Amino acid sequence: MKILQHSTTEIMVVAAAREIADGEVVFAGTGLPILGAMLAQRMHAPNCDIVFEAGAVAPRMLHLPMSVGDSRTLFGAAQAAGLFDVFNYILQGGRVDVGFLGGAQIDRYGNLNSTALGPDYRHPKVRLPGSGGSADVSALSSRTVIIARHEKRRFPERVDYRTSPGWLVGGNSRERAGIPGGGPAAVVTTLGVIKYRPITREPYLASYHPGATPLNVKAETGFEIDCSEAVETSAPSNDELEILRRVVDPEGIFLRG
Amino acid sequence: MQNKLLELTAAAQQINSGASLAIGGFTSQRHPTALLRELIRQKRKDFVVYAHSAGSELDLLIGAGCVRRVEAAYLADGVLAPIAPNWRRFIESGELEFEDYSNAAMMARFTAGAMGLPFFPTLSMLGTDMLEQDGLSPESRERDPEAAVCKAVLMDCPFSKRKVVLVPAITTDFCLLHVQKASPAGLVRIEGQEFLDVQMALASRRVIVTCEELVDDEELRREPERNRIPSFAVHGVVHVPFGAHPHGVHNYYDYDPDHLILYNNSAETEDGLVRYLDRFVYGVEDQASYLNAVGGRVQLEALKAHSGFGYNPKLRRRVA
Repeated sequence: MKILQHSTTEIMVVAAAREIADGEVVFAGTGLPILGAMLAQRMHAPNCDIVFEAGAVAPRMLHLPMSVGDSRTLFGAAQAAGLFDVFNYILQGGRVDVGFLGGAQIDRYGNLNSTALGPDYRHPKVRLPGSGGSADVSALSSRTVIIARHEKRRFPERVDYRTSPGWLVGGNSRERAGIPGGGPAAVVTTLGVIKYRPITREPYLASYHPGATPLNVKAETGFEIDCSEAVETSAPSNDELEILRRVVDPEGIFLRG
Repeated sequence: MQNKLLELTAAAQQINSGASLAIGGFTSQRHPTALLRELIRQKRKDFVVYAHSAGSELDLLIGAGCVRRVEAAYLADGVLAPIAPNWRRFIESGELEFEDYSNAAMMARFTAGAMGLPFFPTLSMLGTDMLEQDGLSPESRERDPEAAVCKAVLMDCPFSKRKVVLVPAITTDFCLLHVQKASPAGLVRIEGQEFLDVQMALASRRVIVTCEELVDDEELRREPERNRIPSFAVHGVVHVPFGAHPHGVHNYYDYDPDHLILYNNSAETEDGLVRYLDRFVYGVEDQASYLNAVGGRVQLEALKAHSGFGYNPKLRRRVA
């Protein structure tokens, strides 16, 4: 049997999807997180339920949404609600197992910035869209999985603006800040998967993707990262790639190029 | 029963410069864009806009110079336009006052306003720079009767001793919504996700609703469980088919990806924005000529929602 070749975007989405367990409630953000959640639902986690902050609860989507407000998030949904129900009862009520997020900048402790780049928040070099629900999902999900392209400028020691809380400054700082949810479990990138040590919350490379090496990861990461235990990520299966390409994103909206 | 029907121009004439606004919808969905274009044509200025996840409807209002301050969580049309271009340019050049909150925090603020409470507690924004850095200076808050005394307060819950964040209520002069169905008396039915439209409307002193379909009050009253805003909370109703284009309306039409990308690419430069405004706002006198300018019947037909989907499953999409 011929083994299909994959792109860096594809292995990132596949590795992220594998972080979802069957039966979990997944809160998905706009972009690649939606692809990951839709892939998981069609592979190993058919009973996971996806929720969207704009109001769609537990859909069985046929077509890829372009934002979390897209009508496509409602296909086969259990409920069409709104921000009030999703944020209050589902997220803050403690019913989300895993929050799936992207971010422009990710620092050593998994804090995200989607607000502003540069040293001065009021006069930023680049203004970004803002938190949306990212800060909420990061604070209130039982754990989060972050998806991001692995580039040095995106992985600084410290984010310019902390939009969404990860492990803050490590140790028990997150707990001390009174944040009720669990914190980042994994950062899935184009090069590998970063996880965090218990207690210290220091990052380590859990796996590097086929084609990448721990050295690549170190070179593209702006903070110290322990790669001593990293193993190679198992390559996407033909099934995972076929479903991703033919069912999840047949238009090639994200996967093309 | 009071008839609250208005023409679009008359509805816009009620909304004064300097007013505070809440605008319904969410990113690429159900924004009252026809009404906003009319406000731009009528040269309104100095709006203060409160939003959660806004899209290019608010970005256009900013670009046209109608807005002095925005308090919001997010401005973008999803992946179709990942950063609203005027939001970005106006903040980078210091031309817009702004304050960042999360979506759950803005939800809490509108909920407080809708419930007649002065503030609302949330467990969100703990551990973030939204509690450490203010967009609005204390002086500008003091100068501005529209602004809350401060952005948020961190406190220990008097019962559990847990940390909670208190955010100030929002009450606006106007709420502008675009919905699927309304009666001439102002009874509102929303299909698909309601986003935060109900709370925004009830947190507002005057509510103006544009709708795809005008429906008899009696017909809406046959299924009261589907209606979301009572007519006594609504002050004006305008019948505007395709009144949310280029955004989508569940069960009626999809977002227009080509137009949203055209907007995004145009608005990335000042010249491009001027040309966009000339072509699609100032250069069209009403909604009918706007719909012609964006492609007329052929284009609109291609966006129509298919039965059983609520959107057009055959729509060709791409990213900017």
